[in-house]
Amino acid sequence: MSDVFDRVKRIVVERLGVEEAEVTNEANFKDDLGADSLDVVELVMELEDEFDLEISDEDAEKITTVGEVVNYIQSHA
Amino acid sequence: MKQRVVVTGMGVVSSLGNDVQAFWNNLLAGKSGVSYIEAFDTADYPTKIAAEVKNFNPEEFGIDKKEARRMDRFVQFALAASLNAMKDSKLQIGENVEADRVGVSVGSGIGGLGTWEDQHTILMEKGPRRVSPFFIPMMIANMASGQISISTGAKGPNTTTVTACATGTHSIGDSYKIIQRGDADVMICGGAEATIRPIAVAGFCNMRAMSTRNEEPEKASRPFDVDRDGFVMGEGSGVLVLESLEHAQARGAHIYAEVIGYGMSGDAHHMTEPDPEGAARCMQRAIKDAGVEPQAIEYINAHGTSTPVGDKSETTAIKATFGDHAYKLAVSSTKSMTGHMLGAAGGVEAVILGLALENGILPPTINLDNQDPELDLDYVPNTARKAGIKVALSNSFGFGGHNATVIMRKYEA
Repeated sequence: MSDVFDRVKRIVVERLGVEEAEVTNEANFKDDLGADSLDVVELVMELEDEFDLEISDEDAEKITTVGEVVNYIQSHA
Repeated sequence: MKQRVVVTGMGVVSSLGNDVQAFWNNLLAGKSGVSYIEAFDTADYPTKIAAEVKNFNPEEFGIDKKEARRMDRFVQFALAASLNAMKDSKLQIGENVEADRVGVSVGSGIGGLGTWEDQHTILMEKGPRRVSPFFIPMMIANMASGQISISTGAKGPNTTTVTACATGTHSIGDSYKIIQRGDADVMICGGAEATIRPIAVAGFCNMRAMSTRNEEPEKASRPFDVDRDGFVMGEGSGVLVLESLEHAQARGAHIYAEVIGYGMSGDAHHMTEPDPEGAARCMQRAIKDAGVEPQAIEYINAHGTSTPVGDKSETTAIKATFGDHAYKLAVSSTKSMTGHMLGAAGGVEAVILGLALENGILPPTINLDNQDPELDLDYVPNTARKAGIKVALSNSFGFGGHNATVIMRKYEA
């Protein structure tokens, strides 16, 4: 769990230019972390590369928080 | 009634400094901004030199780190120069000027070529699913004007001109007309370019357009010299804040110079070869627009790229336009120092024109050791010259046969 969370956090901090402390399980990408639709697409690409998995557009649309991403990766990787 | 239009702000990003005063001092000292290319390994390239902007950090200009990552280098240059020009003008949108009355026209000759090159490599290596969602918005040439409006809040006319190396001058001339006819009170205008990239250097090298004087980088750009062998690529941005005289006077703004004329023409001749007849008609139209006699022009900031054909063609055009007066006016090419900044060239050269009028000093053409015997005008060789000039002209010519000329006058109330 912590390993996946830390790896996701590192990517989110780098891509969205936010502070580490802001990246919590509950943080919403758009509302809390200031991501726009293009940021989210780019983030999904990075996560696919990092965890060597494919996130379908349908699934990607449902993911809105950091915790949801971590859960998705843990159940699909 | 036609509005009079004046210059009230200036910003530059260049190989000779990112601060207008430092840039101007370097020009008057006759310094060259040309050195070995650091952006990529030039081992396989016949040209290994350029006028690069070294150690550029967008954050130093107040551009957010995350936002900067979503901008091509040419947009970063354009925004940095624009923010500095606005600061210089002391205009604050929403405070001393209405957002809807401030427009933007900062063009680029080529656009986000670096982004294009990077993303094409990703497409080839990793496939279509890995091409960045930011590829298109970062690469399109109009994004400089777009980002400047987003960052400054300017909501007036917003547009982009793409005419290769004439871009900056067209952008400024068109902006002058926008204010003159009353569609805006203020225009942020000029050009930006960032093409010191493998694909662009290879392309220009194969046109045999660039200097290969690699052993002496600072001597490579030598307009009007008999040993000139091509242009040296530069990069950066030059931006003016143009304002209606009425608006500038009402707020007690500092005025650098007045824009009084603009001309355009097409060569209808060849993709890359210039036709002096087209350049001459362009200057004539600008002079007519300015409502002055040709004899009033005392200084020309030449297009002067240091190519064998281009410098000769421009000299022929100046003689055709001015007759005997061509031998009385002064001509200099500041590209001898800045390199050829392509779409940004007209922007930085308009900054130079304004400073030359305000300060009464003409920047030199450096490296003019042996003037080409066929080119017999006064090119202000090697040393800056004091000259209390009143009216001056700047030329820019682009591939495709696009010609643009802007005329400015020393400001007198």
